Parts: sequence; C-alpha cells; structure tokens
Amino acid sequence: MTFSGWLTIVLFVVILSALAMPLGSYMAKVYSGEGVFLSRLVGGPERLLYKVLRVDPERGQDWKSYAKSLLIFSLAGWLLLYAILRTQDAFFVPHAVNPLGYHSAPWNVTFNTVSSFVTNTNWQYYSGDTTMTYLSQMLGLAVQNFLSAGVGIVVAVALIRGIIGRSGKSLGNFWQDLVRTLLYVLLPIAVLGALVLVSQGVIQNFSTYLTAHTLTGVTQSIAMGPVASQEVIKELGTNGGGFFNVNSAHPFENPTAFTNLFEMLLVLIIPAALVFAYGKMTGNRRQGYAIYGTMMVMFLGAVVVAYIAEAHGSPAQHAAGLHTHAISGSGGGNMEGKEQRFGIAGSALFDVVTTVTSCGAVNSAIESFTGIGGAVPFANMSASETIFGGVGTGLYSILLYVLLAVFIGGLMVGRTPEWLGKKLEAREIKLAGLAILITPLAALFATALATATRAGRASISELGKGPQGFSETFYAYLSQSNNNGSAFAGYTGFIQPNAGSIGSHGVTFADVLGGSVMLFARFGPIVLTLAVAGALVGKRVTPAGLGTMRTDNPTFVVLLIGVIILVGALTFFPALLLGPIVQGLTGHLY
Amino acid sequence: MRRDIVTSIIGIVVFTVLLGLAYPLVITGVSQVAFPGNANGQKVYVNGKLVGSKIIGQSFQRPKVTFPGGGKPKEEEGELVTEPDPIYFQSRPSATEGGAYNAAASTFSNRGPNDKVTEAEDAENIKAYLELEKPYDPGLTTAQIPVDAVNTSASNLDPEISPANARIQAHRVAAKRGLSLSAVDSLVAKYTDSRGLGFSGEPGVNVLELNLALDRLKGAKA
Repeated sequence: MTFSGWLTIVLFVVILSALAMPLGSYMAKVYSGEGVFLSRLVGGPERLLYKVLRVDPERGQDWKSYAKSLLIFSLAGWLLLYAILRTQDAFFVPHAVNPLGYHSAPWNVTFNTVSSFVTNTNWQYYSGDTTMTYLSQMLGLAVQNFLSAGVGIVVAVALIRGIIGRSGKSLGNFWQDLVRTLLYVLLPIAVLGALVLVSQGVIQNFSTYLTAHTLTGVTQSIAMGPVASQEVIKELGTNGGGFFNVNSAHPFENPTAFTNLFEMLLVLIIPAALVFAYGKMTGNRRQGYAIYGTMMVMFLGAVVVAYIAEAHGSPAQHAAGLHTHAISGSGGGNMEGKEQRFGIAGSALFDVVTTVTSCGAVNSAIESFTGIGGAVPFANMSASETIFGGVGTGLYSILLYVLLAVFIGGLMVGRTPEWLGKKLEAREIKLAGLAILITPLAALFATALATATRAGRASISELGKGPQGFSETFYAYLSQSNNNGSAFAGYTGFIQPNAGSIGSHGVTFADVLGGSVMLFARFGPIVLTLAVAGALVGKRVTPAGLGTMRTDNPTFVVLLIGVIILVGALTFFPALLLGPIVQGLTGHLY
Repeated sequence: MRRDIVTSIIGIVVFTVLLGLAYPLVITGVSQVAFPGNANGQKVYVNGKLVGSKIIGQSFQRPKVTFPGGGKPKEEEGELVTEPDPIYFQSRPSATEGGAYNAAASTFSNRGPNDKVTEAEDAENIKAYLELEKPYDPGLTTAQIPVDAVNTSASNLDPEISPANARIQAHRVAAKRGLSLSAVDSLVAKYTDSRGLGFSGEPGVNVLELNLALDRLKGAKA
C-alpha cells in the first residue's frame, strides 16, 4: 500500500460527490419538466422525436401501461440486435465496416449476447477483437448500451413519481422519460466524454487491423476500431461490455491513469446523481443524503478491503519466492492480471466501482485477484445493486430496501410503518420483497444447476481447479443475475479456435441458462418495481407526526445498512464460503 | 398495445440511426480532425516503417535461429521460437494466443491466486529473468525482482514496466551496448511516466519508447 494509492481513493470520492450533486439537481429538473440550459438546443429535436414516434408526451401512464411500453420496446430492441448480430457477414454489409470478414457467432452465443446487452448486463462470452464487426459494435451493441441504460433510469424516475405522487395513477410517460434521458443526459455527456477519451489516446477509426514490424524482426498485429464512442457509453450507462476482449485493461480503451479515473467517474456519476435527484424531487434533500451516506459507507468498506488484500499479494506469488511489498520503483502487490499504469490502487478501486454498480467493466483480471480481494466483487454483487448500482437500477433497488427497512423499523417500534407520509401496507411490502428476492433466487438456482450438472461444469476453465472452479461458476451466474457483466473470465460459453468465428461453437447450457437468468432478473424486478410505484402513487399523504420514524438521519442509515447486509449475507454467505472465502483463509494451492 | 408496437418499431429504428450511426460518425469525424494521432492508435514509424503503437506493448524477443549467428528461424508447432534480444529492455511476460503481445486477440491470463499453475509460471519467469539479468547484475536475488517483471498484465499488452524493473535491466543493456550504466539510467528516467495527475496510478517506463531512444543513441554515435 502506498500513500498515493490512498490519496487516489480519497480524491476520487471527493470529486465524484462534487460532480454528482449538480448533475442530480439537473436531472431532477429534467424529469420534473422544468427548463434547463440544454432545452434550447435539444428542445426542438425532442418535440420532433415525439412527432415521429407518434406519442403524446403529456399522456400519463399508469404502472401497467408504463410497464407494457417498456417491455414491448425492449423486445423490439432484442429482435433488432439479434438480426444485426446474426447477419454481420451478410451480402449487404459493406466491407468497410467488416474489414476482417468476420462471420456471425452461432445462435446460442448470440442469444446470450443479445439478452446481455438488452438487459444492461454486457456479459460477454465472445471476444470483441476476434468476433464482432465494427458495424455490430456500433449499430448493435452500442445502441443497446444507450437504450438499456435509459430503460433503467426511467424505472427509477417512475418509482420516484410513485413515491411523491399526491393523487391519481400516472407515473409519467415512458416515451417522454426515455427521450429526455437520451437527449438531456446520456448523449451530451457521451459526446463530451468520447472526445476527452480520444484526446487521451482512446482510438476512434475504421481502419483494418495494423501489421507492425517490430524492432526485433517479428510482426505484430494490432486491432483497431471505433472505440471511444462506445467506451464512453459503456461506462456512463453502467453497461460494461468492452470493445476488446480485455475491456478497460486494453491500452486502446483505457490508456492512462487519468482515463482510468475519468472512466470510474463516468461509471458512478449517474447512479450517484440520481440519489441526489431523488432527494430533490421528494422535496427533502436529506432523504438523498441519507441514501448517499448508506451507499458510500459500504462502498468505502469494499475499497479498503480490496486494496489491502491486493497490496498484500497472492499465495501463488509467495510460494514462488516473490516479495510483494512496495519497494523503490515498484508498488509491489498482486500484479498478476494488473496493468502497470493503474497499479494496485487504481485496479482495486476500478474493480469496486464496476461491481457495486452493475457496470462490469474491468481493468484487471478479477479471476487473478486474491481470495479476499476476489471476494469483494462477490460481496458487492451480493448487495444486489444497492451500493450505487446500475443507472436507475441502483436507485430503485435501494428504495425497495428502504421500504423493507421502514417496514422492519415499524415492526420494531410497533407502529404502522410510514414512508414520506404514506402508509405502507401489505401489498407494496409483498411486491418489494418479491422484487428483492428475484436476483438472489436466479443466481443461486443457476449456480446450483451449473455445478451439479456435467453440461454446466463443461464451462469451467482448465485453470479452475478446486474452489476456483466453483468461484468461476458462482461468479458467472451472480454477475449475470445482477446484470453486472464482469467475469472470472476463464468461465466459457463460446469456443472459438480461430478469429472470425471460424470453427466456433457455443456451449448451449451456459449460453441459454445465462441469457435466461439475465432476462428474468432484469425484467422481473422492473415490473415489480413499477407495481410498487403503482401501489404507492395513489396513497394519501399524512403529515409526519411525533412518532413517525425518520428516514433521513444517521439512525436510519445504520438500520438500512443492517437490512442490506442481513439479506445479502443470509442468501449468499454459504455459497461465498465454498469459493473465495476458503481460498482467502487457507492460502492453499490447488 | 398496437400503438406501443408501432412506436417501438419506429423508436428502435430512429434511435439506432441516431445513436448507432450519427453519433459514432460525428465522434469519428471530430476525432480524426482534432486528434488524428491518438484516434489512429499513436503509430510509431522508424524510417517510414510501422514498428508498433506507442501505447500497445510489444515483445522485444528475437526469432531463434538454427545455429548461433545464422541459419533459418526455428519454429515449433507453427510458431516462431523466440528469445530475449539482450540489447533491448524486455516487456512484461505476455500470454496472448498465437505468441506473446498479439494485439489482434487480447486476452486475460486468468491465473488464479491459489493455483499451482500460477506458482509454476511465476517460478519459470523468475528463473528466466535471473538467467537473463544476473550475469550483468550479480547481486540480484529472487526477493529483489519487482512483481511486474514476472506477473502477466491484465491485457497482456502492457506497454510499461516498473522503474525498478527497468533499473535492473539497465545493467544488461548498458553492458551489451557498451554504454555507461549512468547513461542508460538517465534514459530510463527520461522515459518514466509519472503518476497520472501526479497522484494516480503507478509510474511506468514505456518500453518501446525507451528502446527506440537507445537505438537513436547508437545511430547518433555512428
């Protein structure tokens, strides 16, 4: 561990908070229909889009109608993406966007990939550099990076409207919320961010792969592509699907320590801002601060553990005789699977940032993290996106937990639970409980199925011996059910002996199970969350009395953290013991 | 229902054109005008020949030949057999498919922390490192080897090594090139990037730039 490592972590948190607050106020205005500085620029295109889409933005939708629009739109996106990926070498695709003549991946891998991008997961069994054409990346995958992020955000907005609604049934208009999210939030930040990334060395071109003749007389082939435009939304939309196989570890995706910081900010900025937007929209900013505090406490805990564990080094390194403490000119630590320019702190922080959110981008090989360092992403995902979480999903996930915490708190003091002046009743508690349970259920069921069957174990890598093999499997389904997308990358669902998908085949079991888990654990909670919003929106508000439990003070933060950890620990602890924890505690080599 | 279907179809087409064509093409256009070097991968040319990208790591191993000083390049299972070229600083170990530093197929090594394979790979890399460097730096022990010198990176395309690693290799490079150690050390210092913004990440030495500078030094002398 080094001083500069700790400084990086502290400054990152300060900068993030300083940027998220104003963005939160801005987003609150956007979703309340107030004018913002961008209104002049994009107000025209916005109205034009409503006309083209034939929607009346003023028409409010109840929760069922809102959910129906969302599901049908997602289905349309799924079908189009499937068509694009399956025809990437068709006769009508120009050579310029498929310079290497790549074939399409088989149906099972494509089913997994499409489900993955439509659900904001970006789990990748394929390797971008050897499978995807430039056209598939930008016209297919990157578009869903925007749209799936938008879908996540609008659900959070609809839930806020349900919480603050004074009467009636309307949660807003899905199409208006989606268009506003794209035009006022995602696209402007993406344009600026992409240019910042290119200015630092992220590539953006349509060249064919380069062939270099190195100083020592061997040749090197170098992948190219329109990376920056996709890189920025990959982070901003907490998608995480890398243009290249090694994601944000690739120097063309993440060339410097500065871009590393910048990309981490992009990942967390919207999840953090939405918390402040929530505070503003409820009319009590302290509500937002309480949730922000809850998230930040858990976030920092994860960062500290990961940094200390990785700086300590791994049992394999020590067995080989390496000394892993910092020396002059080398930071030491577990540098297996980590880049020199990021170092241990930049890798550990990135790892936590992308696994507390559902981003799943990686700048280091999670499979090579130490037992305890590798247990951190497990724990982060076990918290089911309540520590910032994905764009939108993070806020609605933690608000469901708030509901649960208020209910439990109410039981403890023996009063009818009230939240922001609304009485909580059986219906919304049942819905919220169900929504909270879907993700763990999907993760554990799929892990059990995959470890218990030969078809499932076929995906474990050659190196995945002993508990590592279980960790790989558990991570795969935990990540997919959390719509995260990061991986113990040895776990495979796509066998591709040569670049260009020649001679390739998918592992149907892993592809189909994973794809189904992602769809179920994404759209199940979304529909239930909208149902909760629908149940809350019509409730009458009663003024807070003396006996009302407050949800904006430190006591409540402690209660909320307790509920989250309790639910996460009760559901996942036994499985965690079998994998990363046993490795971290024993130091035994397998 | 029907209205949702129609809107969804129009919507997905319109958004695909806007976000999947217009947006990336605008970014490409602006990037190619404003930052052409970066947007195209910071290509490095020597005498008009492309030798690599500044920010993509490459191997400084040379093809092994069938007898010392000549013969045909050796091959095993269709791949060139290579050995470190002692006049150059060596990059970190790389385990990409189809030979080290294959930048057309980036991949993680995925070596587990409690895996005997990881230990064996580390041990092998330690042995190779000592064989290469110890003759020129007799005091070198396993305990002094910086971790980046024997652990594979995440991308397996790391363009940098740690300054400690470079300072060890400087002994060999100086001896092989007939330069003073201090001259090589000062070049190392010159091509060491400091931390991002002064506090973030680790300092690193760009191996390609350093080796090119060494070659230029030789050229200037001759």
